[in-house]
Amino acid sequence: MKLIPSAALFSAFLLVSGLAHADTVLSVLSDNNPETLAALDALTKAYTAAHPDVTFEMEQKPGGADGDNMVKTRLATGEMSDILQYNSGSLFQALKPEQSLADLSDLSAQAGILDSFKSVVTAADGTVRGVPFGPAMGGGIYYNKPVYAALGLTVPTTWDEFMANNEKIKAAGKVAVAGTFGDTWSSQLFVLADFYNVAAADPTFAADYTANKAKYASIPAAMAGFQHLEDVYKAGYMNADFGAAKFDDGMRMVATGEAAHYPMLTFGIGSVKQNEPDNLNDVGFFAQPGTDAAHNGLTVWMPAALYTPAGGANLEEAKKFLDFVASVEGCNLMIKANGATGPYLIKGCELPADVPASVADMLPYFQKDGGTMPALEFLSPIKGPALEQITVAVGSGINTAAEGAALYDQDVEKQAKQLGLPNW
Amino acid sequence: MQRRSPYPYWFVLPAAVVFVTLFLVPTVAAFWFSLTRWDLYTATYIGMENFRQFFSEPYLVQGLGHTLIYAVLTSATKSVFGLLLAVLLTSGIWAQGFLRTVVFFPVLVSTIGVGLTFSVLMHPTKGLFNVGLATIGIHGPGWLTDASLALYSVALVDLWKGVGLATLIYIAGLAAISPDYYEAARIDGATRIQQFWRVTVPLVRPATVTVVTLSLIGGLRSFDLIWAMTRGGPGFSSDVLASVIYKQYQAGFYGLSTAGNVILFLLIALLVLPLTWWFNRREVDL
Repeated sequence: MKLIPSAALFSAFLLVSGLAHADTVLSVLSDNNPETLAALDALTKAYTAAHPDVTFEMEQKPGGADGDNMVKTRLATGEMSDILQYNSGSLFQALKPEQSLADLSDLSAQAGILDSFKSVVTAADGTVRGVPFGPAMGGGIYYNKPVYAALGLTVPTTWDEFMANNEKIKAAGKVAVAGTFGDTWSSQLFVLADFYNVAAADPTFAADYTANKAKYASIPAAMAGFQHLEDVYKAGYMNADFGAAKFDDGMRMVATGEAAHYPMLTFGIGSVKQNEPDNLNDVGFFAQPGTDAAHNGLTVWMPAALYTPAGGANLEEAKKFLDFVASVEGCNLMIKANGATGPYLIKGCELPADVPASVADMLPYFQKDGGTMPALEFLSPIKGPALEQITVAVGSGINTAAEGAALYDQDVEKQAKQLGLPNW
Repeated sequence: MQRRSPYPYWFVLPAAVVFVTLFLVPTVAAFWFSLTRWDLYTATYIGMENFRQFFSEPYLVQGLGHTLIYAVLTSATKSVFGLLLAVLLTSGIWAQGFLRTVVFFPVLVSTIGVGLTFSVLMHPTKGLFNVGLATIGIHGPGWLTDASLALYSVALVDLWKGVGLATLIYIAGLAAISPDYYEAARIDGATRIQQFWRVTVPLVRPATVTVVTLSLIGGLRSFDLIWAMTRGGPGFSSDVLASVIYKQYQAGFYGLSTAGNVILFLLIALLVLPLTWWFNRREVDL
C-alpha cells in the first residue's frame, strides 16, 4: 500500500527536477510550540543552504496525550515522518524505541553530547536513539518581580515561606498562583517539579518506585506535591477562571503582574518573549521549595530529542541532518533563534552573557553542586498517563491529596504492566 | 417450497468481501485483542486480565453512571422538546418554514465546531453566558469547570444540537396522523390539551420509538461532543464510557481499550435489544 503513493511522488519529482538529480524531501513532525518551530526553521534553512538537494516539509502535532497517541500510531503503522521531535525519558521509552526508532549510536556528533542526555534516549538494548533538541529546562515557579518588590517579598526557600508569600499577595488583592487547568498538562507541575524534594528526603525513591516498592500514597514526601495542589486550591489563591485558562494565559498573568506566581517549566519564557516582550525581565524564577531551606534545589527536565523511525525511506539523509542538529553549529543556531532559555547538552555550546532574568535565576542551580535533580521521568521508565487528570481533580478540590496519590499509584501500575517491567 | 433467488450467489460476492474484510474480521479480531496486552507490535495473551483491569478502573463505575445519565437525559429531553417543537411548527404559525430551518440547522453543523464554540461561550469569566448573566446581576456558574455541572452542560448542548432531528422525525410522524381523529375529538368536545394527550401522543408512537432509540444509542456512545468540550474533565467528572476507552487508547493501552470497546458493544446490545423488542411489541398491540 505504501508503494503506490511513494511511486507517484517519485515520478512527480522526476517531472519537477527534470531528471537532473535525486532531490530529497525530509518530512518533520514536531509539537506546535513557537520556540520549537523557530528552532526547526533556523536548522532546516541552514541545512538546505548547505545542501541544496535536501528540502524539508514541516508538520505539527498537538501536545499532551493527543500527540502521544498520534506518534505511537504512526510509528506502529510505518507512517512516521522522516524526523520526529518528541520527549526523552519515560515517554520515549513508551514508544518501544528498540523496535520503532533508528539506532543513532554511530553519528559522529554523539561524541559531543553529554552522557546525562544520552542516558534518557537510550533504548532497553543500550543503543542511543535520539539527539538533543533545545536546552535543558527547570521545573519550578515563575514569579512577577514588580509584585514581589511592591509587597516587599523575598524568594522563598521553603514551602511554608511560599504559602506565607501567597497569603500576603492575596491580602493585597492579587492572584497569588495562576492556575491554567484548561491545558490539563500544566496542572502536573506541583507534583513533578517537587521531585528534587522527594529525592532529598528519600534518595532511593526512583529505584524503589520502578521496582514496585515505593508508592506515592504511602510516602509523605512523595505525596507532598499532591498536598500542595490541595492546599493552594483550598486557600483560594488561584484566578477565578483557573479551570478554563490555558498555558499562554498563565505566562501572560505572571508576566504582567495579574498573578504573582505560575508553576511551569522554564521553556515558558519563550511565550513571554513572543507575546509580552516588554515584560520579559519582570519575570523571575525559583525552584519549587520543599520543607528544608538547606536542601533547596531544582528539578530538571532533559530537552526533547529528534529521532528518525527505523526503516524510514530517507534514513541516511535523516541521519545526516540529525548529525548536523547535534553539532555545535546546530546548537548555536538554536540559541540564535530563541535566545538562551537554558543550558544546552552539547560540549562546546556556550550560552551568551545576556540572558532573560528568569534564565539568570535558573543557572545558579546548575552551577551549585547537588543543585539539580532530574525529574522522575528521566530516572524511571514509568510515568502514569492519567496524572494530568488526577492533578486537575486534586487542584480543583474534587479529590483530596491522599485520594489523588492513591489514584496515581494505580495508574502507574497499569503503565508498568504495559511496559512489561519485572516485579509488577 | 422455498423460492430460489433469480440471481446467482456470486452476485453477493462484492458486498460479501467488503462486509467480511471491513466488518466481520475486525470484529472477531477485536474480541481476540481484548484478551491480550497489545502494543501494536506484539500481543501477549493475558486472558481476562484486561476486563478485570477495566472494571477496577477507579472512574469506570462513575463513567458508566455518567453514560446512562447522559443517554437517558439527552434522549428524554430530545423526545419531549422535539415533540413540542414539532406540534408548534405544524400548527401553521408565522414563518413556519423559516423556523423549521432554524431548528434543524444545528444538526448540520460539525459536532466538534459546536463543542468548541460552546466551550468559548461557557468560559467561566469571559464567556457570553456568564457575561450576559452578570449584566442582570447573576453570578454565573462554571458551566464546564464545575465538576457537578460539566456533564449536564454538555447534555444541554447535545439537546440544542440534536433536537432538530427529533423535531423533523416528529413532524413526519404528525403528518401521518389523519385529521379525522382530531375532527372526531373536537366533535366530542375535546380541548386542545386533551387532543394532544389523547390523540397526538398515542398516534405519534412510531416517531417516538425512532427518536428514543436513535438518541439513546447516540447518547450511549456519545464521545465527540464531550471530548471537544471537557475531555472528560475537570478531573474525571464528565467521563463517559467512550472517553474512558479513548484515554486508554491514547495512553497506548491498546488491549485494554479494545476490552473497553467490547464492553461498550455488549452494553449497547443489552440495553437496546430489549427496548426495541418492547417498542415493537407495543406497536403490534395498538
